[in-house]
Amino acid sequence: MSYGDFQGIITLVLMVIFIGIVLWAYSSRRKKAFEEAANLVFADEQTEQKQTNKKREPGTHD
Amino acid sequence: MSETQATAVDYNYKVVRQFTVMTVIWGIVGMAVGVLIAAQLYWPALNFDVPWLTYSRIRPLHTNAVIFAFGGCALFATSYYVVQRTCQAKLFGGWLIPFTFWGWQLVILSAAITLPLGISTAKEYAELEWPIDILIALVWVSYGIVFFGTIIKRQTSHIYVANWFYGAFIITVAVLHIVNSMAIPVSLWKSYSIYPGAVDAMVQWWYGHNAVGFFLTAGFLGMMYYFVPKQAGRPVYSYRLSIIHFWALVSIYIWAGPHHLHYTALPDWTQSLGMVMSLILFAPSWGGMINGIMTLSGAWHKLRHDPVLRFLIVSLSFYGMSTFEGPMMSIKTVNALSHYTDWTVGHVHSGALGWVAMVSIGAMYHLIPVLFGHKRMYSTQLINTHFWLATIGVVLYIVAMWIAGVMQGLMWSAVNADGTLTYSFVEALEATKPYYLVRFIGGVFFVAGMLLMAYNMFKTIFAPKGTLDDVHEEPEMAAQPA
Repeated sequence: MSYGDFQGIITLVLMVIFIGIVLWAYSSRRKKAFEEAANLVFADEQTEQKQTNKKREPGTHD
Repeated sequence: MSETQATAVDYNYKVVRQFTVMTVIWGIVGMAVGVLIAAQLYWPALNFDVPWLTYSRIRPLHTNAVIFAFGGCALFATSYYVVQRTCQAKLFGGWLIPFTFWGWQLVILSAAITLPLGISTAKEYAELEWPIDILIALVWVSYGIVFFGTIIKRQTSHIYVANWFYGAFIITVAVLHIVNSMAIPVSLWKSYSIYPGAVDAMVQWWYGHNAVGFFLTAGFLGMMYYFVPKQAGRPVYSYRLSIIHFWALVSIYIWAGPHHLHYTALPDWTQSLGMVMSLILFAPSWGGMINGIMTLSGAWHKLRHDPVLRFLIVSLSFYGMSTFEGPMMSIKTVNALSHYTDWTVGHVHSGALGWVAMVSIGAMYHLIPVLFGHKRMYSTQLINTHFWLATIGVVLYIVAMWIAGVMQGLMWSAVNADGTLTYSFVEALEATKPYYLVRFIGGVFFVAGMLLMAYNMFKTIFAPKGTLDDVHEEPEMAAQPA
């Protein structure tokens, strides 16, 4: 196998991996899971209120 | 602890507070040194004939302070905050957590002492000598243990995308730092790289460009993926795109380093490879930028009332601008004009001030009230003033450097019919002088904004409890979670 063949194969493998990632990310099977993940930013808000109350007791210092 | 709700997680905010306050302080120090060296280029007498204040010694002090002290503290603070909140778990690591804070401050102090003394490896962005390098490696491995330990004990099933970016940043920076710092010590404060000649140059710029790609990009994209959705009150535009963004960005960035060595002793094919990979990098960069900005789609009006959101979104615009400029400058023919000119300096600052600093400032303004038990910052008006000082400062800076850089490139390469150079170096330098003054003024604007931020921060921290509870934001903002 020449160096050129090797480079060609590597390029092909990387392309297949990339297309694989795209198909995986955009498959309808993953849709719900990703929506949940996207909302993780707000998942802490239910606990936030209790958190700030708690923080008030000891005062500002660490 | 006394509360009954089992779901409430007791987050570790102490270390986040420490890093947050130091972010602002090191930001002022690092940027003020930057303003001093900008002034020295216009008024050379400002080195006062003191060796410790010469440009060559304090320029690395400026770059280390803004990248590793300001940027580093911002990354530590936000990553520790984001990983806890999105994993709903308290930081893992026990004494390793305070060690990362105090260890990192010790690294910064050592840099601030050794660099003005002229102790340097002369590798750009890796100037610190071997004893400090070892301390950095120890702190960084501890950082990795704390961060990934927290991810392992998470209560949520997913690992939120921001943590992927922070994780890639932590792992890659560890690898880059350790490989590039391989050196043979000859005394306590002098060592020589184990790599020879062109290999050393390639390793250095593999490190250097990935310091940009992972320290100054991946880490701050992690910040973007948490704070933009949070501040906008809506989830990221496309979570799927964020996954493609992540894998494409981390697999391509690592190849772009050779564009720093165009037309040098580096083999020609390596230069071309670096150029092609830099061009490809445009796609994931803009994918990420669009994903961030489009998060606001349908809620653009929030930009009018919320200066914090404005910081975050304008930082993304600068990110888009500099990630278009970067690939363009990596094209060899463009680079023939831009290399070694002030255009490069302008490009770096459109990324460093416009993107890195502004996204960090936005994140800090979001964090400070939360960390110190308030609903908002002491003064929203001051945030707004800071926003305009910062924006005007960056624009003055980069426009001045664009003009200066293109002019220098043209003057340096102009030749007469007989093959001699049209201009001497000093003539080009003289033509640059007015732009150095404009750049200095831009820097003063940016530092002035940071001083307002420090005032606003301390007023917020020391405000009596309950006095900053009235939220002036639109009512829908609070009423629209998740």
